[in-house]
Amino acid sequence: MILSKIFKNTLLLLAACLVLSACATKKEVTTAIDIQGQMQSDVYTGTDTVEYLADGVPDRVFFATNESVLTTASRETLRAQAAWLRKNSSINIVLEGHADERGTREYNLALGERRANAAKDYLMTYGISSDRISVLSYGKERPVDGGSSPLAWSKNRRSVTVKAN
Amino acid sequence: MIKRLIIFCIILIPTNVFALIEVDITRGNMNPLPLAVSPLSIDENSRKSFEKILKKENIGSEISIIVENNLRSSGIFEPLSKDAFLQAPDIANLKPRFEDWNLIKAQALITGKVSYVSERLRVEFRLWDILAGREIMALAFTTVPSNWRRVGHIISDKIYERLTGEKGYFDTRIIYVAEEGPKTQRKKKLAIMDQDGANNKFLTLGNELVLTPRFNPTSQMVTYLSYFKNLPRVYLLDIETGTQEVVGDFPGMTFAPRFSPDGKKIIMSFAKDGKSDIYTMDLENRIVERITNHPSIDTSPSYSPNGKFIAFNSDRSGYQQIYIMKNDGSEIKRISFGNGIYGTPVWSPRGDLIAFTKLHNGKFYIGVMRTDGTGERLLTENYYQEAPSWSPNGRVLIFYRETKTNAKGEGFSAKLWSIDLTGYNERLVATPTDASDPSWSSLLGN
Repeated sequence: MILSKIFKNTLLLLAACLVLSACATKKEVTTAIDIQGQMQSDVYTGTDTVEYLADGVPDRVFFATNESVLTTASRETLRAQAAWLRKNSSINIVLEGHADERGTREYNLALGERRANAAKDYLMTYGISSDRISVLSYGKERPVDGGSSPLAWSKNRRSVTVKAN
Repeated sequence: MIKRLIIFCIILIPTNVFALIEVDITRGNMNPLPLAVSPLSIDENSRKSFEKILKKENIGSEISIIVENNLRSSGIFEPLSKDAFLQAPDIANLKPRFEDWNLIKAQALITGKVSYVSERLRVEFRLWDILAGREIMALAFTTVPSNWRRVGHIISDKIYERLTGEKGYFDTRIIYVAEEGPKTQRKKKLAIMDQDGANNKFLTLGNELVLTPRFNPTSQMVTYLSYFKNLPRVYLLDIETGTQEVVGDFPGMTFAPRFSPDGKKIIMSFAKDGKSDIYTMDLENRIVERITNHPSIDTSPSYSPNGKFIAFNSDRSGYQQIYIMKNDGSEIKRISFGNGIYGTPVWSPRGDLIAFTKLHNGKFYIGVMRTDGTGERLLTENYYQEAPSWSPNGRVLIFYRETKTNAKGEGFSAKLWSIDLTGYNERLVATPTDASDPSWSSLLGN
């Protein structure tokens, strides 16, 4: 009885070790992608596709799959945009919201709109009038990267700030 | 241009006789019924007249090829090779030698005759039950010669209906989005074609992005999304006159339009401030009614055939699921509970099923479920596919499928496919260009 209990416990321990090591391996894989400086937990962190409205003012922010929540990096980008817009008060902007190709067309149109509005709301809290901002969703219609990989999709989940005038 | 040309139809002989052949279309295409489509016979004078008018050497054979292709594409009939036919078309139409047709294992035979009568096309056809050794249907049509393809489709529908007991779907059209160019800069145009891919025609020039065209119940109007002047709005297009007008001119994006079953309203989504809700617009008095009001994304609405209910998808539970509600927006009830996310619900013309797109574990499925969410059946799995649309008899679904690209972003294509409700008979629907967002018309009628 005792022996079998010990045996059972050893088995459990072994199983736990296996699970842990499996997790460790998985983590390493994600880290490997992060090291390439391209993605962090599903959100694109690279600069391949980014253009600049002005020196140090990136034009776009990126989102996680199915999400419209702004990341720390996105908020930083939008604060830089807000500062630039305050200095250039004659410039109006269009926020173009996009989704990746892994969703139905109509839902993606709505999701692109929601992402662009997340950016709009943040710019407004930094003093940019809603009169200066319009929102345009392209859904999955205008990917910036035509690839079919998680990295390509992460570049496409974006809101891009474009000068309207 | 839907030609509402009148086709005179005469029943040659009352045909309420009991037939031995019967096709069960609920069981899939495991044993398609072998039948023979004899070329329609034509006299030399008529042949020459039609050759002059239609530039077709033998219009009789051309019409029978349409019938043959339609029946084959249904997956429930197997048209036999003409090489094995022993009887000449004209003689077969008078009185088939049933033993001969039985010998090549045909269970049904279609014969007919085409003639040129006072500048019109007259087509007569007969359907024979080979095993019972008798005629079970005979009809004649008279119409303008340019209508010859439609005659082929109408004959196909009559045969389908006689042998299966259900309405056909061959005299129909597909409206879709024709696509060209690189994936990052696709050029899209509205296009319309016959169900078999003939008579393809582009309805817009491709200057602005257009998406999700859908027919009204009479198939003369189309509602769709256009990015004209970079303002994504719902539009209405009259196919016959080419007139376009904006109907969803709200202060924000309107999208995902569909007609109500009586054709009087358009139901659509309106997105503003990060939320999308469902609205209807009465086309006569332009009264707008709000149907849902929720901070989530509510979109892809589709009416039940009786107009009393609406299916839609919403992410109010956290991710995309299918819901149904009454047509006034009350009694919202979630019906999809399987693993994965669900979108694009489309109510079947019979009213008993909802077709949908499902994404689970990185794969896209087209499936159907009952209107209470039970009995989910996945018909096809692929890298990417969505947007099912029902054939008017509720037996076939058409949808579009996109291919995975390689690391360089090459190898992208978008094509239309159809599949039977049984999950059998998956077929590529050929289009001149890449294609997406198909919508099936109702039967055009005669």
